[in-house]
Amino acid sequence: MKLNFTKMNRALLSLAIGLSATVAHAHGTWITSSSTVLSAPQFVTFDAASSSVPFMIDHRPLMVDALSIVAPDGSKVLPVNMMKGELRTVFDAKLEQTGTYRLELVRSGFRANWKDAEDKPKRFMGTAEALAKEVPADAKDLKVSESVSRMENFITVGKPSALKISGNGLELAAGTHPNDLVAGEPVELTFFVDGKPTEGVEVEVIRSQTRYRNKLDEKKYQTDKNGKVKVALPEAGLYWLDADFKDKNVSNKVAQERSLAYVITLEVLPQ
Amino acid sequence: MRKVVPALIPALIAGMLANQAVAGEIHLKVTLPTINTAEYHRPYVAVWIEKPDQSVEKNLAVWYSQKKTDKGEKSDKWLKDLRQWWRKSGRDQAMPLDGVSGATRPVGEHKLSFTEGKSPLGDLAAGQYNVVVESAREKGGRELVRVPFTWPAQKAVTAKVTGQEELGEIALELKP
Repeated sequence: MKLNFTKMNRALLSLAIGLSATVAHAHGTWITSSSTVLSAPQFVTFDAASSSVPFMIDHRPLMVDALSIVAPDGSKVLPVNMMKGELRTVFDAKLEQTGTYRLELVRSGFRANWKDAEDKPKRFMGTAEALAKEVPADAKDLKVSESVSRMENFITVGKPSALKISGNGLELAAGTHPNDLVAGEPVELTFFVDGKPTEGVEVEVIRSQTRYRNKLDEKKYQTDKNGKVKVALPEAGLYWLDADFKDKNVSNKVAQERSLAYVITLEVLPQ
Repeated sequence: MRKVVPALIPALIAGMLANQAVAGEIHLKVTLPTINTAEYHRPYVAVWIEKPDQSVEKNLAVWYSQKKTDKGEKSDKWLKDLRQWWRKSGRDQAMPLDGVSGATRPVGEHKLSFTEGKSPLGDLAAGQYNVVVESAREKGGRELVRVPFTWPAQKAVTAKVTGQEELGEIALELKP
């Protein structure tokens, strides 16, 4: 996508930045599924949105162009009945195999902020190639960062399958299968950056139904030297987990810093 | 061949009797209570033996609908509502389970008997166990009842635990 800083394109640009903002600030983006544990093949329906607090449909639909639903045998399942509403995106998927399905939404891009000759702030979001074309060579106070985010949901039909990480960006491996969580049993999570367990990943966990209580009651954790955190799951319900990490391992030297984000929705069932 | 077989029969009978004499027995009475509700559906019920670490040792019974849903799906779809059984055992099995699974049962007392050495109880190592009964009802609740026991029984033993909502009395009787 090529963006020009002309008046005609300004509206488009602000729209693009608005949508991209959810990439950088993964807070508040989420995908939920109608079920996570199934005993027979069937359709599952999904909601995807960006909102003020997790799982509340009150802001805007999530862009799911990069969505991928991976079946237990590694094949891809195409979402059907895709609908982008004003407040949330909806789609269905038919899960026909036995094992664990991985829904993933992996997005990446570069963000540039600078000042033009008249000291007016300018910004750009897009690929490194487009950025090289769009940012003038004499841009003042130029700051470029790379952002890579991954959102995941897991759904299991029958027996859960072992899960593997890709080795790219910020990822999670759970000590208990994500479709095996029950109230009162804490789960040990290991966070990986480019496939290596990493210390200092900031993790935030919020239980659903925030509208019906006065405190957000978010729990914050930081991974230890082995990349691990132990997350308490005291009650049954949906939990939104967001993890963030910054480093300098950029894929293109045009950026000085890399922001990594990971979001997963966990369903915790009663004992 | 013909001459050999009759000669074997007394030995076989003796063997069977001897087997019965030493085989322990587990008798269970599972009570499904009357529930006053506008729309009652018979519950799905799973009965199993678990070790103290809650791993499943033996599946004894699974009662679930054998009919298809109005969409033509198999009623396996709702087996996951027997949440604990599903997570600890059900999802690892291929339904139906021979000699274990069957149709849902009506309100009332249901007697189940199991003999050591015979399916589905088979061999049970000496130790501490629980009999677990889990019930899940469409448009209703879910309940689990555990009855602890020690195996093998040195003498006839009885124990009972009564459920609060979805299960009535669960009575266990062990015979050495």
